[in-house]
Amino acid sequence: MQILEGEKVTKYFGGLAAVLNVDFHVDKGEVFGLIGPNGAGKTTLFNLISGAFVPKPGVIKFKGEKISGLKPHKICRMGMARTFQEVKIFGGVPAIQNVRLGALFGTPKSVSPSEATKEAEELLDFVGFSVPKTIPAGGLTLANQKRVEVARALATKAELILLDELMAGLTPTETAEAMGLVQKIRDRGVTVFMIEHVMKAIMGVCDRIMVLHHGEKIAEGTPKEIAASKKVIEIYLGE
Amino acid sequence: MDITRFKSKGLLIPAVVSLVLLILLATLPLYLAGYTVVLVTTILMYAILTVSWVLFSGPSGYMSLASAAFFGIGIYVGAVLLPNTGQLVPLLVAVLIGGIASGLVALGVGALTLRLRGIYFAIFTFGLVILILELLNWWEHTVSHRRGRFVMLVDNDTIFYVMLGIFVVTILTFFFFRRSKFGLALQGIGQNEEAAAHSGVNVTMVKVLTFALSAVFAGAAGVIWATRLTYIDPYVAFSVLYSFLPVLMAIFGGMGQIYGPVIGAAIFAYLQEQLQTRFPEIYMLIFGFVLIATVLFMREGLVGVVQWVVRKLRRGGSAVQNADT
Repeated sequence: MQILEGEKVTKYFGGLAAVLNVDFHVDKGEVFGLIGPNGAGKTTLFNLISGAFVPKPGVIKFKGEKISGLKPHKICRMGMARTFQEVKIFGGVPAIQNVRLGALFGTPKSVSPSEATKEAEELLDFVGFSVPKTIPAGGLTLANQKRVEVARALATKAELILLDELMAGLTPTETAEAMGLVQKIRDRGVTVFMIEHVMKAIMGVCDRIMVLHHGEKIAEGTPKEIAASKKVIEIYLGE
Repeated sequence: MDITRFKSKGLLIPAVVSLVLLILLATLPLYLAGYTVVLVTTILMYAILTVSWVLFSGPSGYMSLASAAFFGIGIYVGAVLLPNTGQLVPLLVAVLIGGIASGLVALGVGALTLRLRGIYFAIFTFGLVILILELLNWWEHTVSHRRGRFVMLVDNDTIFYVMLGIFVVTILTFFFFRRSKFGLALQGIGQNEEAAAHSGVNVTMVKVLTFALSAVFAGAAGVIWATRLTYIDPYVAFSVLYSFLPVLMAIFGGMGQIYGPVIGAAIFAYLQEQLQTRFPEIYMLIFGFVLIATVLFMREGLVGVVQWVVRKLRRGGSAVQNADT
């Protein structure tokens, strides 16, 4: 079953097409990867899906309902959450409050303060956050800030999570942990759509991969197919 | 960690202290001279303006200079509903109407302007003060043909008690708002609006409603302040000082804690009163130096200084340090 689908998704910035005529779909329960060189339009596509931008033209559907044109908070409450390429957290408030905010506002039903606290604590443990949860998020290491971001996204009871370069800037050990985390998220029943530059990581965890180049989709398939694709190799290695 | 116990522990002392202070304040007219009551009324007025400013602008980071507009609307409502020729409605009803009127204006203005960020929002809100001032000026000039308005006389003790009542409601609202999920949402908006929106916060609604809520208190205070002024015209009601002083008082007191803006307003208003009577020519100059010193040396305001002192004392008292929250 398709949880997310896009038809002819396009976004122009001035005369430049950042994303052009991209058709895609994400199946429920899978880990779907999005790769492409810098400036390929990957983050723009995420912004279009999460409601920061509106595709023009093009339609995006989530769980069968059209979401393009909806405000980000509405899309979030429908069950989609995201993280950001440059981590976006609430630096001045404790890590746990970052996550509580997601729990309190991310769902259509009302959540009591104590429930939210309990959930936030559980999720921080789930993502492997091991320092005191009352530390202001701004003072954490990058890896822990990313954990807070993922926990906040999961706290919204997301069915689909968009991870924008979760592994960028992490040490090899942290990258391995992050790969494990993606698996764990999928095992919770959450569908994952991820942008990644670390090839080893994306080849290892994804069920399917889509490749963007200059805003257009140039390939889609299993990691094996992508790794063998001449077109993709040409783009990455410039042959 | 037992959160409920921690909470009750941490709140017991402040609650008792506030209650004692409140009783002292409430009985003030019984044992202090009329002048002191008037002075404390002024302090309470500034405290209301400052706390209501911090309620919205503190966590959100949207610097509002509209305090004078909301306060002025209250003053004008007071002058219209409580003229010296005979009041049209009971005093408390007028206070309520003033608060609601300011809140409604803030609702409209907020819906239009809260998409502006940073300096643009500050300038717009300041423009709002001037706009309303000039509109009223024009109205009084060409439509109602009046120069100013006389307000009915109310005795100082009544003014004091009404102001105290508004102050208590403002503080309680501030306290509960900060601890509520909307307080957290507003903080989130201040620190990363985009992240808040993508985490399910309806950022426009939270901003506009909080902005309106903060305006209610300024408006209510304006109504009772009108009876204190006894004569008003648009220039008196919409003095731009009411926009800037709350900001300065908040910075001076520090916004991290609830008592910061209150103490800031109290000391500032007291200083102003004293300097104005003793050095009428240079009191603003002295003020200027105090402010520059505040910004340069006490970034967190008085609250920061107090916390620093407390930390120092604790460090001397016990060898084991736990993380200060």
